[in-house]
Amino acid sequence: MRLLRVEAGSRRLRMLRAVALAAAGLLALGLPFNSNPVVNGELTLVLIYAVAALGLNLLVGYCGQISLGHGAFFAVGAYTAAVLIAKAHLPYLLSVPAAGLVTFALGFAFGVPALRLRGLYLALVTLALSVATPPLVKHFEGLTGGVQGLPVPQPTVPGWLPLDLDQYLYLLVLAVAAVMFLLAANLTRGGLGRALVAIRDDERAATTMGVDRARVKTLVFASSAAYAGVAGALFALALGFVAPESFTPVLSFVFLAAIVIGGLGTVAGALLGALFIEFVPQYASSVNQALTGVLYGATLIAVMYLLPGGAAGLLGQLRRRLVEVVETPPPGGRPTGETVMEAGTVSSSQGGGLPAV
Amino acid sequence: MGRFLQVVVDGVADGSIYGALALALVLIFRSTGIVNFAQGEMAMFSTFVAWGLHDGGRPLWLALLGAFAVSFLGGMAIERVVIRPVEGGRPLTVVIVTLGLFVLVNAAAGWIWGFTNRGFPRSFPSGTVGLGGVALSIESLGIIAVLLAVVGLLWLLFQRTKVGLAMRAAAQNPVSSRLVGIGVGRLLMLGWGLAALLGAIAGVLVAPRLFLDVNLMGGVLIYAFAGAALRGFDSPLGAVVGSWIIGVTENLAGTYVSAIGADLKVLVPLAIIFVVLLVRPSGLFGIPEVART
Repeated sequence: MRLLRVEAGSRRLRMLRAVALAAAGLLALGLPFNSNPVVNGELTLVLIYAVAALGLNLLVGYCGQISLGHGAFFAVGAYTAAVLIAKAHLPYLLSVPAAGLVTFALGFAFGVPALRLRGLYLALVTLALSVATPPLVKHFEGLTGGVQGLPVPQPTVPGWLPLDLDQYLYLLVLAVAAVMFLLAANLTRGGLGRALVAIRDDERAATTMGVDRARVKTLVFASSAAYAGVAGALFALALGFVAPESFTPVLSFVFLAAIVIGGLGTVAGALLGALFIEFVPQYASSVNQALTGVLYGATLIAVMYLLPGGAAGLLGQLRRRLVEVVETPPPGGRPTGETVMEAGTVSSSQGGGLPAV
Repeated sequence: MGRFLQVVVDGVADGSIYGALALALVLIFRSTGIVNFAQGEMAMFSTFVAWGLHDGGRPLWLALLGAFAVSFLGGMAIERVVIRPVEGGRPLTVVIVTLGLFVLVNAAAGWIWGFTNRGFPRSFPSGTVGLGGVALSIESLGIIAVLLAVVGLLWLLFQRTKVGLAMRAAAQNPVSSRLVGIGVGRLLMLGWGLAALLGAIAGVLVAPRLFLDVNLMGGVLIYAFAGAALRGFDSPLGAVVGSWIIGVTENLAGTYVSAIGADLKVLVPLAIIFVVLLVRPSGLFGIPEVART
C-alpha cells in the first residue's frame, strides 16, 4: 500500500519536495565532517564525475546524440585549468569558468558540423576525438608537460575557515556541482528541455513543430562539452596533477556507462552513475583485474535490456510506490493518475508496445 | 624509389589487415544497420583462441582453423543471444549494447589469458623476394594475397550462391524477404558468423606484427573504421580500397613527414575520419543516404 497520497501542485507536495531537497543538501554538506581524507577525496571525485556525466546526459539522454568524446572535453578542461594556474598564475577560482568557456567554444565549433551527423557517425567522430587526445597532449610537451604530466598548485584553505584541505576541496566542488545541477534542472524543465526531448523522440516531427533543430543541437553539444570542461578543471584542482594517462578513450566510455547505468535522461542519474564508476571498479579490481570490465559490460547490456531508465528509473518507481501524486480532480471530471502526465516514463517504458491491431 | 615502393607495399599489407576488419564491419552494417564496436575485441578473442590452441601443441594451421571455426560459431551465438533483442532499436541502444560487448569480451580475454603480452607465430615465412630490384617482404605479399582471396570468396558467396542472394535480400528488405520465406534471423546469424571469421583473419595476421594482448585490436579497429567510413560504410569493395588508402597514407606519412613520425601516426586515420564524416557524411566516395518514410 502507498504511504502517502498528495495532490499535484498542492502546498503539501511543495513542502515535501523542499524537505527532501533540504535533507539531501544537509547530508551532502555534512558528509566530509564524518569521514577520513581518503573517503573525502573519493566523494569529491564522485561529484566531479557527476558534473561530467550530467553534461553528457544532456546530450545523450535528453537529445539522443551519442558522444564517445566527452573524455576529450574533460581533458581540455583539465589542461586549460592546469596551464592557466601553473603557467599563467590565474587564481584557481577563475580557472574553472575559464575551462568551461574554452570547452563551450570548442564544443560549439565542433557541434556545428557534427550535428549534420546522425547516430552512429557522431559516435565515430567523437570516438576519433577521444583517441586523438592522449597523443596530442604528449606531443605538445612545452605546454602540457608531455608524458610526465603537469603539477597543478592546489588551492589553499582560506585562513578564516576551520577546514582541512580535503574538506575544503569537497565543499568547493560541491558548490560548483550544485550550481551545475540547478542549471541543468532548470534547462531540462524549460522550453529547451522539451525541445530536446522532442528532437530525441522524433527529429522530423520536432522540426515540423517549429523546433530549430540546428540551434538546439549545437547549443546542447556546446553546453554538454562545457559541463565536461568544468568537471575537468575541478579534477585538475582536486588531484593537483594532470597527465595524459588520465584521459584515455576509456574515460569517455566510462562517462557513457555512468549515465546509462545511472539513468538516461534524468538529472539524478548522473549522480548515481558517478557513484557506480567511482566505487564499483575500486572494489572489483581488488577481487580480479578483469572483474571491473566484466561488471561494466554485463551491467550495460543488462540495463539496456531490463532497465532502460537505469538506477534513477528504479528509484523513481520505488518513490511512486511510497508516495502517490494525484492530479487535482477537475470540476466534474475523474482524477487521473500521475503516469499520464509524465511523458518521460511513458516514452522510456515503451518497447513492449501496443498489441498489433 | 625502391624504398618508396617498399613503404607502399607495406602500407597495402597493413591496409589489407584493416580491410579484413572493415569488411566485417561493413557486412554487419549492411545487413543490420549496426556498427559493431565489439568487432575488434571479438577478433582479439579469436586470436587468443588460436594462440591457446597452438600453445597447447597443435600445429599452427590446425590452431588457425580451430580459431576460425570457434569465431564463426561464436559470432553467430553473439548475434542470437546479445544482439537479436535490440535489433532495429534506437541507435543509442544498439551502440551501448555493442560497447558493453566490447568491454565484456575484452575483460573475458583478460580473465582467461591474463593482461601480459606475448608473441604470436607468423603465418608466413620471414624474408624478402626481389621484384624488379625491389626487396618486398614475403609476409606483406602474403597478407595482400589472403585479403584478395577473401574478397574473391565473399564475391562468389554473395553473387553466385543462393545463400548469398538470400543474405542480400534479407539485408535490403527484411520484411519482404520474410514474406517470400527467407529465414532472415538465421541469415543475420550467418552474417555475424562471417564477420567474426573475417575479424579472426585480421587478428591472426596482425598479431605477429604487434604483440598479442587484450588491446591488440584497439588501433586496428580505428583504422578499419576510417577505411570503411571512406565509402560510407556500405560498400565492401569501398571498405577494402578505403583501408588500403588508410594503410598507405599512414605508412607514407610516418616515413616521410618528420613532424608526424611514429607517435602521431595514429592521427592520420583519425583526421581522415574527421574530414570525411564532417565534410561528406555519406563518405568521400559515398552516395548520400535517402530515407524513405
